[in-house]
Amino acid sequence: MPIHDQGYRRYEGRREPHGRTWWVIAKAGLMERLRERKFLGLLLVAWLPFIVRAVQMYLAANIPQAAVLAPTAATFREFIDQQSIFVFFITIYVGSGLIANDRRANALQIYLSKPLTRVEYVAGKLATLVMLLAAVTWVPGMLLLLLQMLFAGNFTFLRANLFLIPAITLFSVILVLLSAFAMLALSSLSKSRRFVAMMYAGLIFFTAAMYQALRQMTGSRAWAVISPEDVLDVVAAGVFRSLDGTPALPMWAALLVIVVMIAASLWILERRVRGVEVVT
Amino acid sequence: MNEEQRIPVVPSVVQLDRVSVKYGRGFALREVSAAFPPGAVGLLGPNGAGKSTMIKALLGFVIPDQGEMRVLDLDVKRSPLQIRSRIGYMPESDAHIPGMNAVSFVAYCGELCGLPRADAMQRAHEVLYYVGLGEARYRNIDTYSTGMKQRIKLAQALVHDPDLLFLDEPTNGMDPKGRDEMLELIHDIAHNKGLSLILSSHLLPDVEYTCDHVVVLDHGAVATQGPIAGLKEHGGRVFELRVKGDAAAFVEVLRGAGLECHETEEDIMRVFVPEGRGAEQLFQLASTHRMQVRHLRPSVPTLEDVFAHAVGER
Repeated sequence: MPIHDQGYRRYEGRREPHGRTWWVIAKAGLMERLRERKFLGLLLVAWLPFIVRAVQMYLAANIPQAAVLAPTAATFREFIDQQSIFVFFITIYVGSGLIANDRRANALQIYLSKPLTRVEYVAGKLATLVMLLAAVTWVPGMLLLLLQMLFAGNFTFLRANLFLIPAITLFSVILVLLSAFAMLALSSLSKSRRFVAMMYAGLIFFTAAMYQALRQMTGSRAWAVISPEDVLDVVAAGVFRSLDGTPALPMWAALLVIVVMIAASLWILERRVRGVEVVT
Repeated sequence: MNEEQRIPVVPSVVQLDRVSVKYGRGFALREVSAAFPPGAVGLLGPNGAGKSTMIKALLGFVIPDQGEMRVLDLDVKRSPLQIRSRIGYMPESDAHIPGMNAVSFVAYCGELCGLPRADAMQRAHEVLYYVGLGEARYRNIDTYSTGMKQRIKLAQALVHDPDLLFLDEPTNGMDPKGRDEMLELIHDIAHNKGLSLILSSHLLPDVEYTCDHVVVLDHGAVATQGPIAGLKEHGGRVFELRVKGDAAAFVEVLRGAGLECHETEEDIMRVFVPEGRGAEQLFQLASTHRMQVRHLRPSVPTLEDVFAHAVGER
């Protein structure tokens, strides 16, 4: 009996309505990463600062001699700052291949021949990265705040620093979205995830170095607009109310730079995520 | 455009009305009007004729500069998602989602088409067995041979049970045995499973074996279209002819006498003699031009003749 006679049946079951495909893509991306031991190791390392801070809070709340370790609002900004390095590594590890690998394997024409839009495809890829980045920024940040309350046994700290809830949320959102959009845009430009990773690292380090050089040469800190890292510093100082000295840029200018960078990423994605590449 | 070139009024799964697609300054499709009836339809044409462009336009990958397209009675511009949920596409080039094994990949494609996860997984197993990859379904696709990659592309196109399949050069790169099996599958899908399909190919035997209708494209325009059986009815007789001497010059003689003539890969030419005329005319012309007829045999019209007739006369 030829093997194809083993049967093909028509499908008469349920079909999900359109518009949920982004979640299928995001879920597949998440599961793929969470099955990798290397990535789980990276995630574990990214949670070490949280454990250290949690121990610090426990000691401060329970041992009078350790009162000097008691957290302040600045503790939370420092924590999120520390997590930026893990945001960098996870962005590179997870994000570099998100679209580049699909381009290498011609998967875009498979995706876009299915009932999903280009927006849904990008949203699915973006959601994968956003969720993993939020898992090392917003989630541990909010958990720390919760632990502080639990260890202290009162709401005194939270009442005095209620702004920390929107501050952690807002800064995490900005940090995660900027990193994710920038990486997705770069990932759509190449078929090699290694090259994308190098481009992203170059973007971060080269722009920071350029800012420092231009600052030295011209004496102006306004050149911070070219460095995403320094722009994020300005935003962090603003949302965490930790204004030590004059910021390099006004808050509105920093936010404008972020909006422009995300818009540029969207423009690149709109140009690059297509079912067919037409060369004329 | 005259009335004959307008879309025939027949029930069709795909209709194109004066569709033009431009790449830069050149036209990939020029005012194409065509109708693809249900069943298996071959989309034939030499390389660069516009076959893949037509399929990509129907999928919404390429936006036509003008014209209207309907797939399964839905407007391509207005209902792209509804159309894509009812069609399956097997691309020409190697295409898969990296890092997945076959069953995960096909199930994932099912989920992308709206199937619940459990159903998608069950369908993935079924279609992988159907296309002959049952034993290899847990292997990573990156390790598959070219033939297996062609089969997995067919499986992902079938998993959500589409009403219409677009198959773009499905036998590319396959060995003879694999090619025969793929053609068996395509024939079975179209004739026993109730799916319609459009098979884009430049391989005439593939189309002739699997399809009932054909649309022939050449230089971005429709050269001919219709049922293969009907197109083969030339209204005359076909002869295989071999002569001793300057064959190329004799072809010109035959053409000058109003006979259609195509050279084949061997030294045999195929001559179309209109109704009412016979082999005598061929002998007469050979004698007049001092050519020896070494081989003359009545033949049956093939799709190759239809193709040569359609493309050759343009």
